[in-house]
Amino acid sequence: MKTLVWVEHDNAVMKDATLAVVTAAGKLGEVHALVAGSGCGAVAEQVAKVAGVATVHVADDASLEHGLAENVAPLVAKLMESHDAFLAPATTTGKNIAPRVAALLDVMQISDILSVEGPKTFTRPIYAGNAIATVESSDAKLVITVRGTAFDKAATEGGSAAIENVGGAADAGLSSFVSAEIAKSERPELTSAKVIVSGGRALGSGEKFEEVITPLADKLGAGIGASRAAVDAGYVPNDYQVGQTGKIVAPEVYVAVGISGAIQHLAGMKDSKTIIAINKDEDAPIFQVADIGLVADLFTAVPELTGKL
Amino acid sequence: MKILVPVKRVIDYNVKPRVKADGTGVDLANVKMSMNPFDEIAVEEALRIKEAGKAEEVVAVSVGPAKAQETLRTALAMGADRAILIETDETVEPLAVAKLLAKVAAEENPGLILLGKQAIDDDSNQTGQMLAALLGWGQATFANTVAVEGDSVTVAREIDGGLQTVKLNTPAIVTTDLRLNEPRYASLPNIMKAKKKPLDTKTPGDYGVDIAPRLTTLKVTEPPVRSAGIKVADVDALVGKLKEMGVGA
Ligand SMILES: Cc1cc2nc3c(=O)[nH]c(=O)nc-3n(C[C@H](O)[C@H](O)[C@H](O)COP(=O)(O)OP(=O)(O)OC[C@H]3O[C@@H](n4cnc5c(N)ncnc54)[C@H](O)[C@@H]3O)c2cc1C
Ligand SMILES: Nc1ncnc2c1ncn2[C@@H]1O[C@H](COP(=O)(O)O)[C@@H](O)[C@H]1O
Repeated sequence: MKTLVWVEHDNAVMKDATLAVVTAAGKLGEVHALVAGSGCGAVAEQVAKVAGVATVHVADDASLEHGLAENVAPLVAKLMESHDAFLAPATTTGKNIAPRVAALLDVMQISDILSVEGPKTFTRPIYAGNAIATVESSDAKLVITVRGTAFDKAATEGGSAAIENVGGAADAGLSSFVSAEIAKSERPELTSAKVIVSGGRALGSGEKFEEVITPLADKLGAGIGASRAAVDAGYVPNDYQVGQTGKIVAPEVYVAVGISGAIQHLAGMKDSKTIIAINKDEDAPIFQVADIGLVADLFTAVPELTGKL
Repeated sequence: MKILVPVKRVIDYNVKPRVKADGTGVDLANVKMSMNPFDEIAVEEALRIKEAGKAEEVVAVSVGPAKAQETLRTALAMGADRAILIETDETVEPLAVAKLLAKVAAEENPGLILLGKQAIDDDSNQTGQMLAALLGWGQATFANTVAVEGDSVTVAREIDGGLQTVKLNTPAIVTTDLRLNEPRYASLPNIMKAKKKPLDTKTPGDYGVDIAPRLTTLKVTEPPVRSAGIKVADVDALVGKLKEMGVGA
């Protein structure tokens, strides 16, 4: 089988999310990659070194700069004439593009796969991860999004793929990019952080969140996450949200501070290796999944913890 | 302009889903069902656009069993003008839902179709994007704000690193994220009024769409369960545990 992997990037750097997709694609067959962007030559060079990639197709065109699905999907659909499976990470970019490709190919997409069980058989979470379905596709081609935490990352060195240019990109004339507000942060990205400290509604304000959570995260070299309640209340930006509808994370250590443990939150973090919960309510559901729980007021316990580490 | 809002009847988000013992699916017998939360947000947004004088009519559509009428009545009680039920007891996958919705769109000529970003049962996150492809329209997924101006709609989208704003020509597809708005509750008088609003019933056959599934579910299992661990007495004990694990040492 010949697979086509969507490379996630910002026209300068390949994003880590790509590497798990390379691993998943490798379980199906030969791995070919697509770098679609504008002025994205450096990204193609990085992808060519990823272990296991055979060919890097590069579509470099102004219409592809912002990854607009209307412009990208026809290009992918065309390339799929000579590939059997299209795989993208289950990131907001992948989720935006892949279904548009699937419909153009008249294929039913398989979302958020956790494992490859056979050439057309996969497992995927449903009902916020409260059930795992094993599904088999009857379509001639496959369109798949991959849950990054479920597959090992391919090595970023060791490959020597050929780089080939592909043409045919065009502006579909349906949409245009206006602006982006991308949070700049020195912190590890949530989806690749080894340690995450997350705060919930209990923090009470953006100032308190900053005052209590940030120093602990600094001490632990951790990424910072949040519950939906904390995001909705405006304590932190939306891309901090962990959960069914936010980011899916699986760090070595996840510290949940003042988070009750609603099923929608658990859906995003329950595959973490070790879960630590700090909550003043000893019956909070978060303690049912926590490896280590501390029943305490976070406003005293967290600063004390930060001080003693 | 007319706005079409596809709404799905799903397990209520407060209910913890249970896998059936025979591994064929999730047990939905006697379980509370509601409108998919993201679709409530879509209905709310459509109503706000109408109330701002930028749309004349809001039409709710659902594909599903006869009981999905209740979901449509909820949309009508919130303020939608009329509803269409495409009735079937079969499982209808997002691709087939999108094909049915494309036919409805061809009949109704909406300027905007507002969908939820994701149904909380299948968690597919596909239908809106597929519908956009089938219609050849622009798409703005995961909307955080929506502004309709003349022949275009400007949408701020929630993306992994923050927000991205795009402008689409109408007609267009928008899918809703959680922070777009707070859906209203239907008042009792509006619930009564909704009973008299028009609700058309069709079948997939009426639209000539083949809804045969492309995916076969071989089995459904419980995810690995995490058992509760230990509780530590105080911060010192927690520090000790962290050091044992080599964290923050
Ligand atoms: C469709 C849908 C999708 C959703 N998706 C997500 C998602 O992706 N991610 C997500 O997180 N949520 C999601 N939610 C929301 C979810 O249902 C919960 O409402 C949310 O997770 C609650 O956040 P929380 O735990 O911070 O707040 P709460 O549930 O209010 O919990 C606060 C906790 O803090 C504790 N506390 C209070 N004061 C202190 C103190 N001083 N010290 C220590 N502990 C204290 C309390 O005991 C309580 O357990 C979704 C909901 C819906 C309907
Ligand atoms: N059976 C259905 N009837 C009406 N709308 C649906 C149906 N299935 C999906 N949708 C719409 O498509 C969105 C995304 O669903 P999904 O792609 O299944 O995650 C939902 O939020 C609904 O707006």
